[in-house]
Amino acid sequence: MKLAEVTELLDGEILEGVDASEMIIDRAYAADLLSDVLALTDERTTLITGTISPQVIRVADILNVVAIIFVRGKRPPQSVVTYAQRVGIPVMCTKMTMFESCGLLYANGVRSCKNRPVTGAGAGCAK
Amino acid sequence: MREITYSVRAGDIEHGGTSSAWLKVELRKEGVSEDLARRAGVIAFEGEMNLILYATHGGTLRVAVDDSEIEIELKDDGPGIEDLDLAMTPGYSTAPYWAANLGFGAGMGLINMERTADRFEISSHVGEGTRIVCWIDRRKNDSSAQ
Repeated sequence: MKLAEVTELLDGEILEGVDASEMIIDRAYAADLLSDVLALTDERTTLITGTISPQVIRVADILNVVAIIFVRGKRPPQSVVTYAQRVGIPVMCTKMTMFESCGLLYANGVRSCKNRPVTGAGAGCAK
Repeated sequence: MREITYSVRAGDIEHGGTSSAWLKVELRKEGVSEDLARRAGVIAFEGEMNLILYATHGGTLRVAVDDSEIEIELKDDGPGIEDLDLAMTPGYSTAPYWAANLGFGAGMGLINMERTADRFEISSHVGEGTRIVCWIDRRKNDSSAQ
């Protein structure tokens, strides 16, 4: 899907990166905690998050994330949007929850990026 | 060999991650591939945030790069980690509750550092401090990098 189509699907608003509305969004990862975000391996992934601290943009920049969707009506402060502009990452926001946003994107062909689930002692999930 | 040292202030959440984002840019200038600069950035970010959130007086992030490897060292002078095994358990975190609202406290920081590095060493003594060193092998990885 194109970023513009994603914005329409999620009834969202592009806060930065209108020029990137033709950008293809085909893989995504959703998390609020930054270490979980940092655990993703894939490049060219869209990040879906409810965290609006400046570190989200720094992490996205380090990881080469292509776009950020802020969910649950969270709107980052202008300083954060400006930082995203400086590093060239389009950002949009939606009032939808993370669950709704992921569900709609999945139903429209966006798939999970490769990630590396924690394994070994203490990982919790046996399978 | 080029060496870069960043000083990280305790509690400076606002600027947290700035050094790591800069580091990635500097490594690219040194000819490090995008993939390895990204890995170094991930390690540095986790370490930088640990210094900000947990180290009594902050600490240093030192990176040395040559043709064969990238060495990332994080050092502080306290408080030190009482139980390293527990600290290395996925999901275990001593981050304050407020930190979660900013996206911290997943209990994955040290684990992310360990698995992003080719080699990882940690030593810590209560009352003395913690030192973490991570190495990324450039010779092994650069051929497969983009």
